[in-house]
Amino acid sequence: MTRPFSTYFAALLAAVLVAGAATPVLAQSGPLRITIDQGIMEPLPFAAPGFQAETTGSEQFAADIARVVAEDLAGTGLFRQIDPASFISAPGGFGDQVAFADWRAINAQALIKGAVSVSGGQLVVKFRLYDVFAGGELGEGMQLAGTTDGWRRMAHKVADQVYSRITGESGYFDSRVVFVSESGPKDNRQKRLAIMDYDGANLQYLTDSGSIVLAPRFSPSGDRVLYTSYESGFPRINLLDVATVGRREIQTQAGEMTFSPRFSHDGRSVIYSLSNGGNTDLYRTDLGTGQSSQLTNAPSIETAPSLSPDGSQIVFESDRSGTQQLYIMSANGGEPRRISFGDGRYGTPVWSPRGDLIAFTKQNQGRFHIGVMRTDGSEERLLTASFLDEGPTWSPNGRVVMFARETQGASGASTLYSVDVSGRNLKQVPTPGGASDPSWGPLQP
Amino acid sequence: MHMMTKAALILLALSTTACTRPDRFGGANGGVDPNAAGANGGINAAPLGSAGDPNSPAYFSQTIGDRVLFVVDQSTLTPTAMATLDGQSQWLLQHADYLAVIEGHADEQGTREYNLALGARRANAVREYLISKGVPSNRLRTVSYGKERPIAVCSDESCYSQNRRAVTVISAGSIS
Repeated sequence: MTRPFSTYFAALLAAVLVAGAATPVLAQSGPLRITIDQGIMEPLPFAAPGFQAETTGSEQFAADIARVVAEDLAGTGLFRQIDPASFISAPGGFGDQVAFADWRAINAQALIKGAVSVSGGQLVVKFRLYDVFAGGELGEGMQLAGTTDGWRRMAHKVADQVYSRITGESGYFDSRVVFVSESGPKDNRQKRLAIMDYDGANLQYLTDSGSIVLAPRFSPSGDRVLYTSYESGFPRINLLDVATVGRREIQTQAGEMTFSPRFSHDGRSVIYSLSNGGNTDLYRTDLGTGQSSQLTNAPSIETAPSLSPDGSQIVFESDRSGTQQLYIMSANGGEPRRISFGDGRYGTPVWSPRGDLIAFTKQNQGRFHIGVMRTDGSEERLLTASFLDEGPTWSPNGRVVMFARETQGASGASTLYSVDVSGRNLKQVPTPGGASDPSWGPLQP
Repeated sequence: MHMMTKAALILLALSTTACTRPDRFGGANGGVDPNAAGANGGINAAPLGSAGDPNSPAYFSQTIGDRVLFVVDQSTLTPTAMATLDGQSQWLLQHADYLAVIEGHADEQGTREYNLALGARRANAVREYLISKGVPSNRLRTVSYGKERPIAVCSDESCYSQNRRAVTVISAGSIS
């Protein structure tokens, strides 16, 4: 599904990045630009008049694609869609001149025009992004082509382009999330692996609920998933090929149980926890040769590893100090250094794909938080607070964190949420039932 | 009092289910009572005998007690736990045709993977104790469920204390 689709794409155009645009968003003097680090309080208003249906039978696609593009952008909290009822001029055809004055009058900063045509099972989507106040295009027009069943992905691609051209950063809309779908009461919870688009669409189950499955993780390219399964009666690491849904247990170092698996930076080996005689340490096994090495050797619990984007370091949690805390060591093992020193316990560290931050779960005074800190432990910032927030995962561009939130009490249930790294824009990610342990995959090619 | 009785009954029902689960050792060793695997999910009292019969699995799980409890974030055995395990070890020594899987559990106040490791610690603490009392190590396996299998579902200490447990699940069968 992924492969043929990508081959249809026209060459992706590099986003036009304009340097020196550190002015506030609403200032009209500079070119259209959001600098995410500046803490956007006022979302950038954009107009997205419906995409033009260029062929008979493309009307529904045109409407749906325009809707998904707008939802992607508005969903970031960085953009606000202008109500079409306030439009002064009709958008006109895709190739028509833009009446910039009419869009300026309603304070549309960005205008997205698009057109859709269908021929057989083939769908062609064109779009242009306009900087209304500069009176010109931002970047060049782009055409995407693919099969009709990939219409959502094409909409996400358009939104990623718009996001990227305006923020100067890569987007995250054309990406998927693998997670654990949950059903049933708390004392008889059924769990199965599921995969979906980042916005909850196109959900697909990867396992049945016959045995417990936990904590899946995408490979760096998104083609495979590592997870922990109780299929054998004991927790073991399994590997699943996403395209074929073929799965196998991984032969690791011998031990009573293996869990907490993560792919290495290059996707060729797995870093995981292995318990023997009640003691849990970190190991690495090469998926090709099956060769294993031990990374930690301590009587404490070492688990939840995460590699730095360059593959040189591992952040993990250990209770060697008496409570769960975060440590960083070389990817080959060696002496770790502790990086978490605040109140409470720290677990589930995840290195940002940008390399600058580590997201974590914090427990303090009976509450759970998702937080981020620099890789030296400084500038700790809590993004959420609730009865039970757990297991952050990064958007491909390192700007958003998704996690699971479980409610309290006998009827407690877990659902997915996302929040900006700024702590703003907390929102639930729609899933058909309960959901936990999200892992956000890469941008799709 | 009434609540306690109810809780005890629920425990009883749960341990009955657990004890009859077949194939605890991957089904390689045979020896598992086929009657135990009923079509109704394995709840079948026939092979368990009565809790008053010292040779019955029911006696092991109910009269001796198949579980021990732990304090928050700890895997140290309490004196009460050791007394229970003394009873378990004696029974296991007298019934060499039984194997045991010790399940370690945690309450919901912790992250998932840490709780898996914590459950492994608890299960191992029980295993080590039983071995120290003479039970052959090759009859004892451990598994951790972390916080995946709570038996009490409220979100306060009255439930958490029941969930922080290690349960010795026995099954008939010889070592393969």
